[in-house]
Amino acid sequence: MKKLLLGTAALAFSAGMALASDVVRMGTEGAYPPYNFINDAGEVDGFEREMGDELCKRAELTCEWVTNDWDSIIPNLVSGNYDTIIAGMSINDEREKVIDFTQDYIPPATSSYVALSEGADLKGIVAAQTSTLQAGYITESGATLLEFSTADEIIAALKSGEADAVFFDTDYLAPIVEESGGELMFVGEQVTLGRGTGMGLRKSDTELKDKFNAAITSMKEDGTLNTMLVKWFGEGTDTY
Amino acid sequence: MFSVCTDPSVLSAPAWFACYLTTGKLMMFYGSFGVVLLLLAITAPAALLFGFAAAAAARSPFVPLSWAGKAYIAIVRGVPDIAFFLFFVIALDQGFEWVRHKIKCPDWDQPIRQGNDFVVCAAAKLPLSTSPQWVHETYGFFLAVLTFAIVFGAFAGNVLFGAMRAVPRAQMETAEAYGMSHRQTFWRILVPQMWVYALPGLSNLWMVLIKATPLLFLLGVEDIVYWARELGGAKTARFTDYPHGDWRMWYFLALLIFYLAFTKLSEVVLSRIMRRLSHGQATAAGEAQRRTAGGPA
Repeated sequence: MKKLLLGTAALAFSAGMALASDVVRMGTEGAYPPYNFINDAGEVDGFEREMGDELCKRAELTCEWVTNDWDSIIPNLVSGNYDTIIAGMSINDEREKVIDFTQDYIPPATSSYVALSEGADLKGIVAAQTSTLQAGYITESGATLLEFSTADEIIAALKSGEADAVFFDTDYLAPIVEESGGELMFVGEQVTLGRGTGMGLRKSDTELKDKFNAAITSMKEDGTLNTMLVKWFGEGTDTY
Repeated sequence: MFSVCTDPSVLSAPAWFACYLTTGKLMMFYGSFGVVLLLLAITAPAALLFGFAAAAAARSPFVPLSWAGKAYIAIVRGVPDIAFFLFFVIALDQGFEWVRHKIKCPDWDQPIRQGNDFVVCAAAKLPLSTSPQWVHETYGFFLAVLTFAIVFGAFAGNVLFGAMRAVPRAQMETAEAYGMSHRQTFWRILVPQMWVYALPGLSNLWMVLIKATPLLFLLGVEDIVYWARELGGAKTARFTDYPHGDWRMWYFLALLIFYLAFTKLSEVVLSRIMRRLSHGQATAAGEAQRRTAGGPA
């Protein structure tokens, strides 16, 4: 009996060793619906959770989800606290100097202004989330940028009158505007920023990048990615 | 949690709240209070230990040890907490991994620093990337405890160093006259008497420590302030069964009550300890106790 136990333990251990390199820690923010958010059960949920789990299945990886503050999401990837960033992060040149991206899994997204009234001053005080493409765009647009560390806080700033308008990802804003009962509205033109959303990886992790790229390609080819995009972002969203 | 909670949108307000307050997410919020209390329970004695060692080293007659103690107190007190938390913890973690890498993977030929990346072999990862999530969380928690202990240990060290000097010199001389060694006077005369001088300073530190826990999220440990912010944010009906507006005010109000109650409790306990420590001491408080007990004027 004892030998049997020992044997199973050894087997379990060696099985664990064989899988050793295959556990991938997926870093996300958990505060950015519908991309990623914490659901009522306290688990990571959203488009990226569903897609990420599918990618891991196709790439035959075991994935573990962790949440991290948006501000320190890149430093913690680089120092090895997790292996990927899958947090609705747009691919751009500035980020590519520090980390690598997979191919995009969401087409370049549009950003919109939301304000309390039609006549809001879009060159006045505009709120955006720190270290986002939108924040960069506002700085260049000539408006005064008001930065917050989470997307939720920019909406609060708009409602309290601290900001004249907010400028953020249309997909994030749409359900909020829809459910505000006419209090909030889209104003001005939509702007397309960035080169799509991709997964961030350490520059040294080329093997993992190839695996995820292959999985994303296969999801694009058989249409599952499009089905998920429509499920989470609604009819009429850009697909592949 | 309850069977009636399957469709919260049709519930009356009390039932809605009963369901809302027992969701898995709220449970994690309640759990984070335990995390904070546990952190304080471990960090406070650890910081005191660091401080005691630093103060004892700083007043050592052996000069290099004295310098080491004083340097630790001066440097750590001078560096802002947030810089310490962002820089030192990552450096500490990488230091551990570097040592393990050198021991476990001697034949590794790639550089550890590749541009911005810090790459060690899989066996040197701390914790191993194969470990379950709770191991990662526990590791992060202990890194936090260690960092808090080092930071607050320096402040405690300074308080204790001052307290040791406040013990009347005559007491020490008397002990020496009785033939006690340096070690004996330290442990039998100095240490029992210094606490009464140290306690006001230490109680301040304790109060600051209670309120410093939001720094934890910089290390990925989800504390009560993180959850209050996450839960309090406005929620739309598409992503939760419990949509609500901006409730951060209520969540932070709950935190306010928690912190006030906790500091009040600490004050009560600390004043009791102070009363006990003053007993029989040659201080104003000790003298007052002696008078009320009916001792000669």
